Amino acid sequence: MNLNRRSMLQLSVATAALGGLGLPARAQAIEELVIAYNVTLPSWDPTVGPSAVNPTIQGLYQSVFDQFILQQPDLSPAPGLLTEWGWSDDKKQVWMTVREGVTWHDGSPFTAEDVAWSLARVAKPETGSPIQFVWGTLANHRVEGNKVIADVAQFDPTIFKWMYFLTGYVLPKAYYEKVGAEGFEAAPIGTGPYMVDKFERNAFVRLKANANYWGGKPAFETVTIKFVTDAAARVAEVESGNAHVTLEVPYEEFDRLKASLSGTAAPVSDIGMIFLNDIDAMKDPNVRMAAAYAIDKQTIIDRLLSGYGVKIDTLQTPEYDAYDASITVPYDEAKAIELLAASGFGPDNPVKFKIQTTKGFKPKDYEMVQAIVGLWRKVGIEAEIEVYEIAKHYELRAADQLAPAAFYNWGNSVGDPTTSTGFAMFGPSPHSVWDGEDLIGMIGPLWGEADEAKRIDGWKAVDKYIADNALVIPLLQYVQPILHAPGVKVTPHASGALLPHLMTRA
Amino acid sequence: MQLLRTFLMRLATTAVTLAGVAIIVFFVIRVVPGNPIAMMLPPGATEADVARLTALYGLDKSIPSQFLIWVQGVLGGDFGTSITTRQPVLDLVLGRLPATLELSIMALVIAVILGGAAALIGTRGRGTRREGAIDVANGMALSVPDFLWGLILILLFGVLWPVFHISGRVTPSLELPFTTGFYLFESLARLRFDLWLDIVSHMLLPALALCIPLAAIIGQLLKQSLKETMHLDYVTLSRTKGYGENHVILREALPNAVLPTLTLVGVQFTFLIGGTVIIERLFSYEGLGNLAIDAVINRDLPLIQGIVLLFAAIFTGVNLLVDLTYAALNPRLRHG
Repeated sequence: MNLNRRSMLQLSVATAALGGLGLPARAQAIEELVIAYNVTLPSWDPTVGPSAVNPTIQGLYQSVFDQFILQQPDLSPAPGLLTEWGWSDDKKQVWMTVREGVTWHDGSPFTAEDVAWSLARVAKPETGSPIQFVWGTLANHRVEGNKVIADVAQFDPTIFKWMYFLTGYVLPKAYYEKVGAEGFEAAPIGTGPYMVDKFERNAFVRLKANANYWGGKPAFETVTIKFVTDAAARVAEVESGNAHVTLEVPYEEFDRLKASLSGTAAPVSDIGMIFLNDIDAMKDPNVRMAAAYAIDKQTIIDRLLSGYGVKIDTLQTPEYDAYDASITVPYDEAKAIELLAASGFGPDNPVKFKIQTTKGFKPKDYEMVQAIVGLWRKVGIEAEIEVYEIAKHYELRAADQLAPAAFYNWGNSVGDPTTSTGFAMFGPSPHSVWDGEDLIGMIGPLWGEADEAKRIDGWKAVDKYIADNALVIPLLQYVQPILHAPGVKVTPHASGALLPHLMTRA
Repeated sequence: MQLLRTFLMRLATTAVTLAGVAIIVFFVIRVVPGNPIAMMLPPGATEADVARLTALYGLDKSIPSQFLIWVQGVLGGDFGTSITTRQPVLDLVLGRLPATLELSIMALVIAVILGGAAALIGTRGRGTRREGAIDVANGMALSVPDFLWGLILILLFGVLWPVFHISGRVTPSLELPFTTGFYLFESLARLRFDLWLDIVSHMLLPALALCIPLAAIIGQLLKQSLKETMHLDYVTLSRTKGYGENHVILREALPNAVLPTLTLVGVQFTFLIGGTVIIERLFSYEGLGNLAIDAVINRDLPLIQGIVLLFAAIFTGVNLLVDLTYAALNPRLRHG
């Protein structure tokens, strides 16, 4: 067989014809919005199982289901399915007013019964909600007209914040009871801006706009969300025009493509931090504080993350309720050397410990730890890096067996200090590896503090104590890169959820 | 008779292999760090919450007890329920199997065509530049791993010259009339060539990425076998009878030279299915490989067990098939 120029041309034309037949038109004016999403959707029930507490897929859930309370792009709450809510004066009851005139995707009316049933369902241990310990603080849910009342079994000042956080979704009582859990997985309905039209597990979900959505019909009639878990493939999808929007692409690719496409890069509620376990060298406050002072966070952000990050010195980001800009831990190499010298350590006689990190779980996680270890070496800290999977981190943390230092990222899309500093630093919590009694004593009373101003001030004091004693090393607030076609206007959400109903035609 | 004995022996070893795989995978994934409860623990969960969820998923029992419960279920056709998807494992795995089989078969067919063509062209032009070019191409194809071929193909045919789809298995907006998971075959059977073209344009790049290294192996081995066979007396005899070179290669040398390649293709097919894990992920192709990665990331123990057991069944089944085919084709084995 002779492969000449002519046969090559014939082959090329045939290839182009084959490919062209199956490809979608490169839309100029976007009719059907296509999003290349970075994770898959394992389950359609947003209230039980591991998916329910996976922050990365909340955007998919929020496209179909409504939460009890709406969360706005700046993380602040707003009337949603609940239009008003509050406590009784004695804090023994909560009340919620339910929006009227809302319908489920099957056309049936949404009622206060749905809200009461949804709350009661996840409060039962047998339902399997991972957040049952929160929902279980309310009991005896009942309906009075368009109001839902519940008794407070245990006072939790953050209960309404959970109503726009993980598992805080309203499901259809009558429909769920009729079709059961399996039927609901197969054909989920909600009150959200989009209805599920077609779902291929691990491949895509096709959504149709809910014309009756209480918040107004979304701009795009049809949205296809393709699950493209590989970052390089997502870049190719949007670069080739096969997708109009994608997220979580490498920052270098974002910078390269944002000129030819469009892009937004806004801070989200995820932070990078280093857990310090109060074992071995970390029992020495000089070592901890030296480790904190020796890290040049801004340079790390600039050099490794192309500037996409916000330096933080507490576990609160500027959007959080208990953020206090006056608490700082500056980069100070000389002070780090001085502190270590006071404990008998130095570059020639370094203190040694292990630091654990993931590699590739978050952007440049391993590289950041490498840079930190390099900075530490200069002042007299010799840290050995151990790479582990995120699953191992969770298990070690729950068993309080993390290494003296461990890199992690922490999400807190409601911005309450209990769900950042509280759970990360309160010794009895399985998420904390710092067991100091002094900190437990400071945090303990804040869990049930009814005076909101006093509660927030209390958390600020805790954060100051933590920073002064270097009980944890906060590093940065992540910035989420979103690439999109020029024909789409994307509104980023500080929770990190990519929401199609917040996208409009440019 | 000999064939039947071979079949029964291999069937017995297959059963033992599968039992061994089941035991190993069950115990190993419970011993390695990372469990599904730790993965789903939200901030604020107490020890009591951990215990409650652990009991809910049956992980509070001893590992041997869990194993016995699982084995009883498997023998009764119940592979358990996936922790993350809350779907029966068997339904999930069997639902994905056709996609992976179609991709693997397509890759195998392309590999055989490309590798076979390379071997025949190389043999026909042995000692010439053409053979040298084939050897160089084979070497390049072998030295680049399949996932890198995937990235190269995405760049070439997804970005620079976007003629093929680079993710998924079928265009989401198409209405699919299929009753089985074998979209490629069923679209042909239903004479829906529009769907068939769409599916092929989705599958071609991942299939190519998978098949390029295998095509090179087939090409090298078959060419080597052909070259050795070409020196045998019966081939020389056919030449003296006046047959042309093409006839000698295709009709005389190839039938004998193809046997070692056939064995290799069988063994490599199992590796091909293993290779789908990375390639399916790269191309977001909804097959078993993609499902396997999600299962491992989420520590979805029942799903991991189901997938590994199915992979093992495919591996041993294909090897059994290859052995039997080889025995049937080889007169010495056929007659004992």
